[in-house]
Amino acid sequence: MTDSKYFTTTKKGEIFELKGELNSDKKEKKKEAVKKVIASMTVGKDVSALFPDVVNCMQTDNLELKKLVYLYLMNYAKSQPDMAIMAVNTFVKDCEDTNPLIRALAVRTMGCIRVDKITEYLCEPLRKCLKDEDPYVRKTAAVCVAKLHDINAQLVEDQGFLDQLRELLSDSNPMVVANAVAALSEISDTSPSPAAQMEMNQQTINKLLAALNECTEWGQIFILDALSNYVPKDDREAQSICERVTPRLAHSNAGVVLSAVKVLMKGMEYVGMETEFVTTLQKKLAPPLVTLLSSEPEVQYVALRNINLIVQKRPDILKHEMKVFFVKYNDPIYVKLENWTSYPSATQENIAQVLAELKEYATEVDVDFVRKSVRAIGRCAIKVEQAAERCVSTLLDLIQTKVNYVVQEAIVVIKDIFRKYPNKYESIISTLCENLESLDEPDARASMIWIVGEYAERIDNADELLESFLEGFHDESTQVQLQLLTAIVKLFLKKPTETQELVQQVLSLATQDSDNPDLRDRGYIYWRLLSTDPAAAKEVVLAEKPLISSETDRLEPTLLDELICYIASLASVYHKPPSAFVEGQALVVRRTQLPVRSASGEPGATGATESPVPQQAQPVQQQQSVIPSHDTAMGDLLGDLLSMDLNPQPQQQMSMTPAPQQDMGGMDLLGGGLDSLLGGPSPVAGMPASQASMGGGLGDILGLGISSTTYVPPKQVWLPAPKAKGLEVSGTFSIRQNVRYMDLTLKNNAMAPMGDFAIQFNKNSFGLSPASALQVPSPLSPGQTADVTLPLGTNGPVQKMDPLMNLQVAMKNNIDVFYFSCLIPIHLLFTEDGQMGSASDRKVFLATWKDIPDSNEVQKEIANPNQLDPKGISDKLQQSFIFTIAQRNVDGRDMLYQSLKLTNGIWVLAELKIQPRSPTMTLSLKTRALDVIPQVQQAYELIIANM
Amino acid sequence: MIGGLFIYNHKGEVLISRVYRDDIGRNAVDAFRVNVIHARQQVRSPVTNIARTSFFHIKRSNIWLACVTKQNVNAGLVFEFLNKMVEVMQSYFGKISEDNIKNNFVLIYELLDEILDFGYPQNADTSILKTFITQTGIKAQVTKEEQSQITSQVTGQISWRREGIKYRRNELFLDVLENVNLLMSPQGQVLSAHVAGRIVMKSYLSGMPECKFGINDKLVLDKSGRSDDPSKVSATGKSSIAIDDCTFHQCVRLSKFETEHSISFIPPDGEYELMRYRTTKDISLPFRVIPLVREVGRTKMEVKVVIKSNFKPSLLAQKIEVRIPTPLNTSGVQVICMKGKAKYKASENAIVWKLKRMGGMKESQISAEIELLPSDKKKWSRPPISMNFEVPFAPSGLKVRYLKVFEPKLNYSDHDVIKWVRYIGRSGLYETRC
Repeated sequence: MTDSKYFTTTKKGEIFELKGELNSDKKEKKKEAVKKVIASMTVGKDVSALFPDVVNCMQTDNLELKKLVYLYLMNYAKSQPDMAIMAVNTFVKDCEDTNPLIRALAVRTMGCIRVDKITEYLCEPLRKCLKDEDPYVRKTAAVCVAKLHDINAQLVEDQGFLDQLRELLSDSNPMVVANAVAALSEISDTSPSPAAQMEMNQQTINKLLAALNECTEWGQIFILDALSNYVPKDDREAQSICERVTPRLAHSNAGVVLSAVKVLMKGMEYVGMETEFVTTLQKKLAPPLVTLLSSEPEVQYVALRNINLIVQKRPDILKHEMKVFFVKYNDPIYVKLENWTSYPSATQENIAQVLAELKEYATEVDVDFVRKSVRAIGRCAIKVEQAAERCVSTLLDLIQTKVNYVVQEAIVVIKDIFRKYPNKYESIISTLCENLESLDEPDARASMIWIVGEYAERIDNADELLESFLEGFHDESTQVQLQLLTAIVKLFLKKPTETQELVQQVLSLATQDSDNPDLRDRGYIYWRLLSTDPAAAKEVVLAEKPLISSETDRLEPTLLDELICYIASLASVYHKPPSAFVEGQALVVRRTQLPVRSASGEPGATGATESPVPQQAQPVQQQQSVIPSHDTAMGDLLGDLLSMDLNPQPQQQMSMTPAPQQDMGGMDLLGGGLDSLLGGPSPVAGMPASQASMGGGLGDILGLGISSTTYVPPKQVWLPAPKAKGLEVSGTFSIRQNVRYMDLTLKNNAMAPMGDFAIQFNKNSFGLSPASALQVPSPLSPGQTADVTLPLGTNGPVQKMDPLMNLQVAMKNNIDVFYFSCLIPIHLLFTEDGQMGSASDRKVFLATWKDIPDSNEVQKEIANPNQLDPKGISDKLQQSFIFTIAQRNVDGRDMLYQSLKLTNGIWVLAELKIQPRSPTMTLSLKTRALDVIPQVQQAYELIIANM
Repeated sequence: MIGGLFIYNHKGEVLISRVYRDDIGRNAVDAFRVNVIHARQQVRSPVTNIARTSFFHIKRSNIWLACVTKQNVNAGLVFEFLNKMVEVMQSYFGKISEDNIKNNFVLIYELLDEILDFGYPQNADTSILKTFITQTGIKAQVTKEEQSQITSQVTGQISWRREGIKYRRNELFLDVLENVNLLMSPQGQVLSAHVAGRIVMKSYLSGMPECKFGINDKLVLDKSGRSDDPSKVSATGKSSIAIDDCTFHQCVRLSKFETEHSISFIPPDGEYELMRYRTTKDISLPFRVIPLVREVGRTKMEVKVVIKSNFKPSLLAQKIEVRIPTPLNTSGVQVICMKGKAKYKASENAIVWKLKRMGGMKESQISAEIELLPSDKKKWSRPPISMNFEVPFAPSGLKVRYLKVFEPKLNYSDHDVIKWVRYIGRSGLYETRC
């Protein structure tokens, strides 16, 4: 008879029967009975009623039986805490046994029994076992400390087990060291207490590196994972760690290889950017990564998910290895799909081969896989301009196959290609239109509608096509409805005569018959726009669209950096930070940031090397240095919210600033009536409040001394006398002592004295408003001039103006009310807390710079007539609240990295390239609110040219 | 770390359930069954997250093995562990099957207790495990020396070999096993080709022998300044080969390999895999497949496939099998081949052509007429023609140069050891698109 008989279904009264057998005198029968109990337990039956009887079998010489009883105990002790005490004596006795296997077994099991009273009794034996002469017992005891910590963290700290554990790091036996490392890492991961943190200094690191060569494969993984959390002191140390870890890449265990890769990827960040060392190391990384792809499919999958991250971080590593990502016909589907996303980027050289492969895949059976392949063709087109034409013709071939999902996917990508290369491939529109009927997926329908709307002037029957969609308007998904609305409005603006009826129909469908607030709001906005100012509507709806970037499925740089620190772990498989799927991590923030380096590489990779901050301070630091919009948990949410609403043009960049965004699907967020929602400078602007206040403090100190020197443009005549019955108003704006002023000169050119002056501002883009009443010496007699200053606030009502900086002013006196408008110089709105981060902490700046899409970067040559040096420029700009964050010299040119902030919370980042002894310099501005860029450029020029 | 390990049969019934961590509840067992084993749609990832609990699974012949965790564990480690677990079980009771698992459940629990502690993998080397966990139960009394010997081996630096092994005849076998993989375009262009090789060693050596192993790795040979020696040209006509990457059994001293490029180790007793390697350059492809597919109207197809053997005429390839896929709507097939046997297998949608053996530099061909049922389904996505074979040489050109054995404590020398070397090249994924 074999053991499988224990799995047979039980009859009634079995428990009773078992009870009898357990209490039998015959050893064999007893053992049989315990086996039956364990089998029942496995299949999920409740056999806890037998607790006392099973525990009675514990006292035995038979190790097999003992282990079975222990297994039972671990399962049921928690439900029968009082009875579990019965077992304590045996445990304590076993801990003194002469056989090390039994001693270890006892300690191991006791740690798994989560009953307070047992835990109390565990301390003494555990202390002894940690010092046991036998390494087998010590390595078991090391893990037991982690178990105990999980049950009662306080107890572990109070009893000094942590110190004992740290001592084990110097143990002579490598396996003991490995288990001690594992236990310490886990404890410091889960415990918020500073005492529990794992200190790593050079000495420990050396011990770990020594043990690395000798311990089991699993132990090597524990050690490597712990090493990856260590921040090396300097380049040299980082380099030596890398050197000693590199041999692990040849291990046959994929876990060891991946963990070693993690250590090396982090190590390279500390070593420096372009050193030869890094280059050779990168070369060494490629072969083992490729080798992982010939292991078991599950390991391949993990490897591919990680390679995806690695390639994003360091594209050079696998750039010559493209062929290994070619999919094999019989690969499991999850491997096939992954091969795609980790595909190293196509280049001009290999594009032919890549396209041939992709076309091959597009005829495969699996729908998801085919779709991904089609999408990849589109990506190639967007990425490699020279190949675009080839890609388009490949896509057309695919559309000819008439396979439904291929056609739909192809149309979605063609839309993107149109966006990237406007006015180039429109000849294929007619082919696309042929497939109109077969489209049944929202994505494809929306894309097709977008194409029709965008090129309405070239499609003769655009109105008919769109009308055909309109018939089933309410059955469409929101995405399609929104797109249809926009497309018809576009069509109307292009061909107003024939389509008036159509546009009215869609507007009423959207506003009156729909209960979707997004659709309704958009409908109303269009309606209002069209009815008040069709020209403005045209500008808004048919606005130039920002170019789309080719790397749409890239991770956010900050998230990527975080994930690089989690290579090999689950986080790297999910591509999510651990906080997204692990509970109870919120308390402790691990050191998961890659170092940001200073003065090397592009602005993307600068910043000071992270100093080992005491762990306790970590959570706070984390909060300050991460901008909420990158903070993934929140960022995701925000992103989701936004993309839900704005889906109709999915490729568009989302902006989180409240600034007017013309590119948001033609929606003017600030338009009619909505401004109350956004009134005033709100902190939603994407910068955390904490940061503003941090910078603010600094600004205050600086502001005292320098504010009076802010550049003031000369006064201009704003209101000539003939227009205002003899009153001439000229003025300018200035900042003094952190207060913004409007400086006015009033001149009475009339024959009669003037009095009762008052002033009022219309709503304007930045919410400027008079902070006090206008104080004019009254009466102002004929021929007299008065200089008046009016303090300004920035909390007034906001409305986007055109031009942006326009300020409409109404001035009243005893004669009449006069209106005039003037332009606010944008530097008036620069705030004293416009220094992003602090001078010593450039991370924020960098992160923000990276986070703003490249399409939002605008470059301009500006004059430097006085040929000032960087220092002069930097000082001068600082007086006007443009702060220099970093400065470096590249190829003889000085680069200044600067930030400024507007009163409404919009940040503008700048990179100023100064060529010595050249009358011009290059200014690159990056911001989420593109509208302010021309003004900021102007401000730069003014400030630098003057004073 | 790993929170628990479950083993299920194909129906989703639990055979083994071992929970290591308190955060894994009993419902985890059911969650996996419901969401993965019984999932309506085939699960598309070996890692599944269900309600913030992650499941890693592998499937071996109808048996599901799943590790469960709530932490951010090392995913590479978990899958390596699962594979190791399968290996350990196989070496204890053979094939992984429901019956075998049920019959050995006590043993499996015992193993799980030993090789995972609080979810941390401990020693999982079968040879050591077998010294103290046996199927027949623990030997009643072990002497104290034996006990400490066991524990020092489990935790020791050479955890893969026990001391005091004795053989009358010291002997070792080296198998160079290569899988040659190929993806070829219909026009005969090599899209990708690589050799995945393994060196399997069976050692029956006494004591704690120190071994040194050498192959014709270009890097090593160039380094030692050895010029190409014409007398040592291998079967494929090269004297040294470029190895893209290699990995070693844990017995090999990796740091020594890194610095001196020498492979030195104390081998485990019995059979194990010493090394794996991968090459992509100068692979001698043993066979070339030339397909010719012609669609004659909507209901007929003509296929002609020529295979050419491309190695020394004195060598013989064996177990040759060519698999030509046919469309799903095939109604009948006529095959003509001069050599071997060919059959249309409707259940596999393929024509299978088998040849027992074939000499080098030969050519053979098959032609077939396929009748099709009219169908309006989408175009058939012509799967590639695949091929299987076995050849008595290493397609990568790898050669064993030496394997030296030193055992300073016992009195046998390198010359006394009987050594056997064998080369086998097999097809991996050997596909030609048509």
